[in-house]
Amino acid sequence: MSRYSAFSLIKNALSGHKNWKRTWRAAEPKPHYDVIIVGGGGHGLATAYYLAKEHGIRNVAVLEKGGLGSGNIGRNTTIVRSNYILPANTRFYEHSMKLWEGLSNDLNYNMMFSQRGVINLAHTPGQMDAFARRGNAILLEGVDAELLDTEEISRRVPGLYTGQNTRFPIVGGLCQPRGGTARHDAVAWGYARGADKYGVDIIEHCEVTGFIKDGDTVTGVKTTRGDISAPKVAISVAGNTSTVMKLASIDKMPIESHVLQAFVTEPLKPLINTVVTFGAGHLYISQSDKGGLVFGGDLDGYNSYAQRGNLPIFEHVAAAAVTMFPNLARLKLLRNWGGIMDMSMDGSPIICTGPLPGMYLNAGWCYGGFKATPAAGWCFAHTIANDAPHALNADFTLDRFYNGRQLDERGAGPYPAHQ
Amino acid sequence: MIIKCPHCGPREASEYTYIGDASIQRPDHNDTDMEKWSDYVFMRENPRGAHMEHWQHTSGCRSFVKVLRDTVTHEISDVTLEGPWQAEDKS
Amino acid sequence: MSGNRLKNKGLLIDQNKPLEFTFDGKSYSGFEGDTLASAMIANGEMMMARSFKYHRPRGVYSAGPEEPNALVSLRSDGRLEPNCTAPTVELYDGLDAHSQNAWPSLSFDVMAINQLFSPLLVAGFYYKTFMGTGQKFWHFCEHFIRRAAGMGKASLDADPDRYEKANIFADIVIIGSGPAGLAAAKAAAPSGAKILLVDESAQFGGSLPEEQGNIDGYDANEWAADTLKTLSEIDNVTMMSRTTVYGYFDDNTLGAVEKVADHKAVPENFEPRQRHLKIFAKRVIIAAGSIERPLVFDGNDTPGVMLANAALRYANRYGACVGQNVALFTNNDDGYTTAHQLKALGVNVTTMIDAREKINHGLCKDSSINYITGHVVTSANGGKSLSSIKVAPYDADTKSIGPQNTINVDALLVTGGYTPTINLCSQTGTPAIFNDEIQSFIPGRANRPWLAAGAIMGSFDLKASLEDGISAANESLEALGLPPSNMTALKVNGQNPVAIPFALTVIPSSNKSAKKFVDFQHDVSVNDLNIAHTEGFRSVEHLKRYTTLGMAADQGKTSNMNALAIMAELRGISIPEAGTTRFRAPYKPVALGTLAGRDIGNHFSAVRRTPMHNWHMDHGAEMIEAGIWYRPRVYKKSDETLTDAYIREATAVRNSVGIVDVTSLGKIDIQGPDAAEFLNRIYANAFLKVAVGKARYGVMLREDGYMFDDGTSWRLSETQFLMTTTTANAAPVLSQMERLLTLNWPDLKVHVSSVSDQWAGMAVAGPKSRDTLNKIITDVDFSEDGLPFMGVTDGSIGDMPVKVARLSFSGERAYEVYTPTHFGTAVWKEIMKAGEAFDITPYGTEALGTLRIEKGHISGPELDGRTSMADVGLGKMASSKKQYVGSSLKERSGLIDQSRQTMVGLISHDHKPLKAGSHVLNGTENIGHVTSTTYSPALEKFIALALIKQGHTQIGNTLSATFPLKNERNSVLVVEPHFYDKEGERLYV
Repeated sequence: MSRYSAFSLIKNALSGHKNWKRTWRAAEPKPHYDVIIVGGGGHGLATAYYLAKEHGIRNVAVLEKGGLGSGNIGRNTTIVRSNYILPANTRFYEHSMKLWEGLSNDLNYNMMFSQRGVINLAHTPGQMDAFARRGNAILLEGVDAELLDTEEISRRVPGLYTGQNTRFPIVGGLCQPRGGTARHDAVAWGYARGADKYGVDIIEHCEVTGFIKDGDTVTGVKTTRGDISAPKVAISVAGNTSTVMKLASIDKMPIESHVLQAFVTEPLKPLINTVVTFGAGHLYISQSDKGGLVFGGDLDGYNSYAQRGNLPIFEHVAAAAVTMFPNLARLKLLRNWGGIMDMSMDGSPIICTGPLPGMYLNAGWCYGGFKATPAAGWCFAHTIANDAPHALNADFTLDRFYNGRQLDERGAGPYPAHQ
Repeated sequence: MIIKCPHCGPREASEYTYIGDASIQRPDHNDTDMEKWSDYVFMRENPRGAHMEHWQHTSGCRSFVKVLRDTVTHEISDVTLEGPWQAEDKS
Repeated sequence: MSGNRLKNKGLLIDQNKPLEFTFDGKSYSGFEGDTLASAMIANGEMMMARSFKYHRPRGVYSAGPEEPNALVSLRSDGRLEPNCTAPTVELYDGLDAHSQNAWPSLSFDVMAINQLFSPLLVAGFYYKTFMGTGQKFWHFCEHFIRRAAGMGKASLDADPDRYEKANIFADIVIIGSGPAGLAAAKAAAPSGAKILLVDESAQFGGSLPEEQGNIDGYDANEWAADTLKTLSEIDNVTMMSRTTVYGYFDDNTLGAVEKVADHKAVPENFEPRQRHLKIFAKRVIIAAGSIERPLVFDGNDTPGVMLANAALRYANRYGACVGQNVALFTNNDDGYTTAHQLKALGVNVTTMIDAREKINHGLCKDSSINYITGHVVTSANGGKSLSSIKVAPYDADTKSIGPQNTINVDALLVTGGYTPTINLCSQTGTPAIFNDEIQSFIPGRANRPWLAAGAIMGSFDLKASLEDGISAANESLEALGLPPSNMTALKVNGQNPVAIPFALTVIPSSNKSAKKFVDFQHDVSVNDLNIAHTEGFRSVEHLKRYTTLGMAADQGKTSNMNALAIMAELRGISIPEAGTTRFRAPYKPVALGTLAGRDIGNHFSAVRRTPMHNWHMDHGAEMIEAGIWYRPRVYKKSDETLTDAYIREATAVRNSVGIVDVTSLGKIDIQGPDAAEFLNRIYANAFLKVAVGKARYGVMLREDGYMFDDGTSWRLSETQFLMTTTTANAAPVLSQMERLLTLNWPDLKVHVSSVSDQWAGMAVAGPKSRDTLNKIITDVDFSEDGLPFMGVTDGSIGDMPVKVARLSFSGERAYEVYTPTHFGTAVWKEIMKAGEAFDITPYGTEALGTLRIEKGHISGPELDGRTSMADVGLGKMASSKKQYVGSSLKERSGLIDQSRQTMVGLISHDHKPLKAGSHVLNGTENIGHVTSTTYSPALEKFIALALIKQGHTQIGNTLSATFPLKNERNSVLVVEPHFYDKEGERLYV
């Protein structure tokens, strides 16, 4: 595989772009692998990449029922940050942040990871205290954070309404300067290309229809393209975790699937130069490098596997956006999409061995799946290779729902979609 | 999405609060089995397709309804009233 | 002809009513009824924009919302609206439009230099470059990339216009008012069903004005006018023009936008700019028509190249002539009709090029036109305006061309067949079906309450379209249980021939550097599709995402079908095998302001104010949000600071008497023979034996065993309690109780009901509280025996009934006084008057906080959803003799772990304020955080509550409270979280 660079681009331009190679091979499934990864989304591909790169495990198949990257990796609002309140989450997401910072170079694929800062707005002194708690906690973990007053926010975010004549006046905010956005599809393609380079087979349109078991031990999968065996079968299918686990006769998981909608406007010249979140309105907003304003809102609020949502969220997201930025009223929404969130019952992820012998699970990403991609792949690869979690994902167990060591990031209790 | 409230008639889902999976059974109040309680609180079937679920008409009559809804198409095929008033539900 | 305006032509314009407008500051004139595009064409200005990536000159390409090229900005300041499609902009006097994405000017655009680098700026360009040595280099490059990207500029000023929302209910909604839509409406109208007919254009009629056939003996356009007149006289029919249905949501809910005032400079007084419609439909008939398809050849984006039917519309409707010497390039019979109609309107069509070798020679009926069959246009040339085309013989079998000829023309009209507008049908999730004849997708037939009719179904001929409409109406009526229409099939004569396109995917060329555009708006050319294919981005989704094809503001309305055909050809498979993507809402871009409506600014979310709100405002209160309520934070006197004010207020409570508004607490009436049993199940502490006339403090857990809420419940009778909750949890607590009663304990005879709005509440606290209340409240014995601590009783102030409960959050002797909401302010004032002698002081949430922190009482910051009862020192309160909500799970190992953080008090060693959100360090280990802080007037110290690891083991130790965000650090003494009157003697002073 040739390296990408300005030079290679010029060289190919001169030959009419006819000599580019496929970004990843269209691999045919082999009957046996060392590791099967079910799910060719960002996490599955990253897992394959790190298995090969960090652990030398290269006889790996990534099975994807549709096209590569057709799940949530291409259906999110591309925000990357590591300013979580619980130490287990902070450390994990900060590891991800560090991987993000080197990812374009590592993969020789420009992820367009733009560290333009993520600003969370506060509307009450109580929220400012909660932000201070979070900011201080992450600074003590060696992560970056700054507390902003309204004047500074106003300076950084032109157009944002910072006056008092509104329902939720802004009293300040917490900023993570290293946070930002990335080009979501490039992440899937970059990892696919990277994994492919190490010999990983990426097998698209290959749906897992069942698990092959020896007693309780999982020894392979049945697929629409034949049976494939492997001593280690890793599940990385956020959004569809329950459905896939059911194939292994695990009928219940601490997960509900919910639709989260996102929206993009027509392309505009640079207008909003950071990521801004408006907790009171469940809104986050950023501008893509192409110029579209990207909005994310709240869950539609009921179990759903439909990659589309309903009108109330359209209206609510727009109302929140215009409330924050009264200059956006005449700008037009162009497209809407819905991603199926793997909502765990405490808001934090699961990366663990099991629950059956021979099986490994990466699930429950809630809203954090995109930003987690590098670290999720990295930790999951470690867990698969060593049959034990890394310290960074040691708390992300399934047991925690039974032993009470929930990682309740929002303090909202065991209700994924309400309260 | 529109849910037909047995009391109020067809109303938008936004008038309701989603309560969740109706197939799970709360253990007997005096049961002390921790695992049973954990299963009840945390574990969900989360099916792709038909899902029996509870909704509360919070911005209406506040009654609870049991809704049979498809989680892929969002089509609702059945709505029944919950609780001691169930018997009055002739819809 | 004057300029490019055809004299006495133009169905929609009034040539006696001129309008003035400007484009890029230059003045032009048009006529009433014009669109911006038609007026510009009539002024001879074809070029209106620069393209997204290469900044190529672009002219208007279509006559509808599918416009990929002519995007302009309208108006200025707060009303600046970027990315408007010129063909849908209705002209008004004084309209100011601006070109976009060009600097310094449209005609001389520096960024056009990108065309030189176009061999590099291909699909995948950004993914392969700018990586340098790391983030720093990328961030440097990104700055410039962002500035080059984007189309229009947004304003930084607030939009001064207003937006409204409406809900509409209809039996049958008909989308589109072309032949199928009108026929459907006409057929369904007599049934009495409530019918809503919407059309996105300013006029109804769809394609009928250009239809040559006649219907029931009428000219098609006359038939439309007659039908519309009939419909407008029927009460059960509502017709809305300028109304776009953009989204098809679950259960036949449609989202639509009505452009109320976009055709005016500014909305009239009290008129919204746009209205958002939520349409609840029983049945929907989608008659959205079709869009003409471009042809793909070199330079097909040159200004002067446009869709043939668009040119006809400009001539017929606006009398605007697209050129003086016009060629038409077709692959179907419909192109001929278009050419002849144009001729008849006075447009000089000189040449027709047909890719098909064999055609029905009856089509070539105009001797002044040079008909060239078996030929294709291989390139359009001319830069900013078309000057010539190259034409060559075409061999369909080998897909190759022969020698090229140049023909000088100033306009080239293209038609590649028609693509049904299936967007809304696709949004419902029903897969589309490929129709070979029209080489396009049509909606699949689904068992859903909608039908598609007319051109959208591939019924391109008039008769079929009308019949489609009638049968859709009948089917809808039947579904509604109504009798079918007695309208018979309409007689149609001389209709336009049907456009059966001849497959013509990509026209070969000899010029390697020329570009053939597929997606004009995103500058995606055939070459980009080839690269994507080479690199393995071969599925529709991958191709779209890699090349950005179809992702522009026009959502690929003119590009999707051609791209699919090219992709299928590259892969050697059929188009339906290559697949189609599912369209998503919105069908057309929708303004955020319209979706937001009036729910913005102060109206974004509901606010609750207590009955005493105005009194607070009149007395210097600074308000603060508490949940959805506003509460007084402090009452400031003259030049007091916030700190001065709360210290004064808290001191007054400790020394004499204060009064605080507690109306925002949740209040729930619990009635029934099992009320006590019910409370006993939901509170962690015992409630069975609360005596009538007594209140008890209780703590509720969530089902998972963590703390949920706390408050007092007052036993008013054997069968009735009044429960109070925290302000924030009023609604969740009620819902949890209703859920348990309905779903789990239907055997309990209890009913719960929110009475938060029925009661105003105020707490009167301090050693003089009894003296104050005793003066005015009658029927209450305020003696220690008459109203003991936690006692509840009824009394009155004059004619006003009150409930008095002797409770204390402040630690002082205190009473909560509740009265029906409408007496709230009067009672408050009476108490203020009675307390004058004691200098009664109203206090806010800050002083309330001070008093409760001094007492070590928990509040929101300690109840953060992650704490257990034991964590905050309430472990002993939990009953071990009964089961209650959360009782089992609270015993899980993670909740009883000895290393958990528990609540302690902190005292600042160096008399410096402590900050909430600080973290507590034991050496370098972060062992917890500061939850609530205050200056304690009672202790004359800065104190705080904190949750720290194994807090009870740290009592007496000195730790540091650090606030790295501000680089601050305080030395703190860890103490028990009861700073003041631990024995509770003050309750009886």
